Amino acid sequence: MQKDIQDQPSGSTLAAGGYSHTKATLALAKASFRSIMRSPSAVVFTLAFPLIFILVFGFLGGGGTRIDVGVTPGSDVHNPVIGMLEKTGMIRLVKDKSKAEFDKLLEKGNVDAMIDVHRKVNSAAYSVNVVYTSASRDKGGILKSVLNNVFYDKTLKPTVAEIKESTITGREYKTIDFILPGQLGFSLLSTGVFGTAFVFLSLRQTLVIKRFFATPVKRSSIVIGEGIARIGFALIGALFIILIGHFFFGFTLVHGTLTVVNMLLLATLGVIVFMGFGFIISGIAKNESMVPPISNIITLPQFLLSGTFFSIEAFPNWLQPISRALPLTYLNDAMRKVAFEGLGLWDVKFQIMILLLWGIGIYAVAVKVFKWE
Amino acid sequence: METKKAIISVKDLVKKYDDFVAVQGLSFEVYEHEIFGLLGPNGAGKTTTLEIIETLRAKTSGDIIVDGFSVDKHAQNIKQIIGVQLQAAGYYPNLNLVELIELFAGLYGADIKPMEMLEKVNLQDKAKAKYKALSGGQKQRFSIATTLINQPKIIFLDEPTTGLDPQARRNLWDLIIEIRNAGTTVVITTHYMDEAEQLCDRVAFVERGQIIALDTPDNLIDKLVSSGFERKKEVKKANLEDVFINLTGREWRE
Repeated sequence: MQKDIQDQPSGSTLAAGGYSHTKATLALAKASFRSIMRSPSAVVFTLAFPLIFILVFGFLGGGGTRIDVGVTPGSDVHNPVIGMLEKTGMIRLVKDKSKAEFDKLLEKGNVDAMIDVHRKVNSAAYSVNVVYTSASRDKGGILKSVLNNVFYDKTLKPTVAEIKESTITGREYKTIDFILPGQLGFSLLSTGVFGTAFVFLSLRQTLVIKRFFATPVKRSSIVIGEGIARIGFALIGALFIILIGHFFFGFTLVHGTLTVVNMLLLATLGVIVFMGFGFIISGIAKNESMVPPISNIITLPQFLLSGTFFSIEAFPNWLQPISRALPLTYLNDAMRKVAFEGLGLWDVKFQIMILLLWGIGIYAVAVKVFKWE
Repeated sequence: METKKAIISVKDLVKKYDDFVAVQGLSFEVYEHEIFGLLGPNGAGKTTTLEIIETLRAKTSGDIIVDGFSVDKHAQNIKQIIGVQLQAAGYYPNLNLVELIELFAGLYGADIKPMEMLEKVNLQDKAKAKYKALSGGQKQRFSIATTLINQPKIIFLDEPTTGLDPQARRNLWDLIIEIRNAGTTVVITTHYMDEAEQLCDRVAFVERGQIIALDTPDNLIDKLVSSGFERKKEVKKANLEDVFINLTGREWRE
């Protein structure tokens, strides 16, 4: 007998045909994504927690915000600026009061700002003079950005109107605009850290990774596949949080879809950086019960100090440098600037750069401590 | 007797851990289409040897050729023609059997129908079940199904029957013989000598990292008998396992 003829299709066709690492990576991403979607802890950390906080603060914030703006006696009222302000629905213009009355109201914060519009001399343009009050800083901040929006509108070019502001310093966010980006950042942090740490530790301990190594799959495919799934899941979570915030609690998205896209891009960067913490933890944790304490050491300080609930400015001076060292601070900061102030990604390049630096540092450590078996 | 073609050849394999020599100079060949057993006590180096051949572990020295591929240079080619069942390996969490098979199909780059794979090991009824929810015998059969996805030339089974009841064990033997009859070479480790005797065409005894005997089970028994060995007790025509199977029935339950 020369050689047995196999009665099943030969495996050699497989070996000869090109093996696709992309296919393997995608198969892993799909498996991982299915697994995450069925994992209660992932869903709770990514969606339920942030949504609960948003609900609580959303209702605390009292739903829609109204800003009372006094129109200075003698101001021009039949002009595009006032018209646009009335159209926003957020601003109630208070007219027909004397200068003295307004001053009192302004002092008490019963009106949030005064506006004075005049046609410029020898010009078609208008000059807008706004006075804010320290008695109502947050609403003043909103008005400021509403005005910015109005002037951003192309029907009102600076040639038509220019804005003159007497600024007071203060917080410039309404509750949801402050809380949502913070919760989003924290959701990304926990998804990246806890999820990654648990998955890689358990895959290693249950020899799932070892079994993978008996297939032609590359190590990079395992990491990338897992990363794709986690980023995908985190982005779906982020989108969900943003949309709920926007449609139910009036979360401001200055440029609509473009803002959402920018936020999701920031979210992607954030998750990738935070996943690095997860890789490190999966490498140093000896067993699954060590994952939560180590993860908490990383996530809790950022939860408290990175401006998730309170503005960093509210912290004592000695604490602020610590806050300013944390990566979540910069993600939160960038998110708020993009969402509320309508900045583009290039405008938050400083925050992005700090995140990237963190990313490089984290992954340099991760490469050293990560264990495959 | 026909001349056998070696599909695996191991020469002077040595594996040292820091101060411990797990494998010291193993040499053996596995022929095409046979069921080859690696037998020996725990810690003898069976699993280490297997994992080195499977390209999962680096060796200290020695040569290993698997179907013409060297483990040093062509690990990737070897991975594509072997199927591996690890001792006590788990599977990706939260996925059902069909999804797990799909995952492995992707990892191997194999185009297969998951249900057909499950039918091969008689698990089609459990397609939507999670791996964790399977019985011991079902888990082992599923593990074997994952080794067949890339239509391998050789499969490695590391103690596949440990912890199974007699019915499940016999059921698994039938499956392994079926796979061999379909043209696949099988390398298996086990602690059960009755299993090796029934299942294996040839067996190697490993002790302290060395092979101390290698032959067909028949020849090994004959040699021992011809050396004057006698069992202390008269051998009966049946043993307790036969009694167990006779009383509880051959058919297999979950």
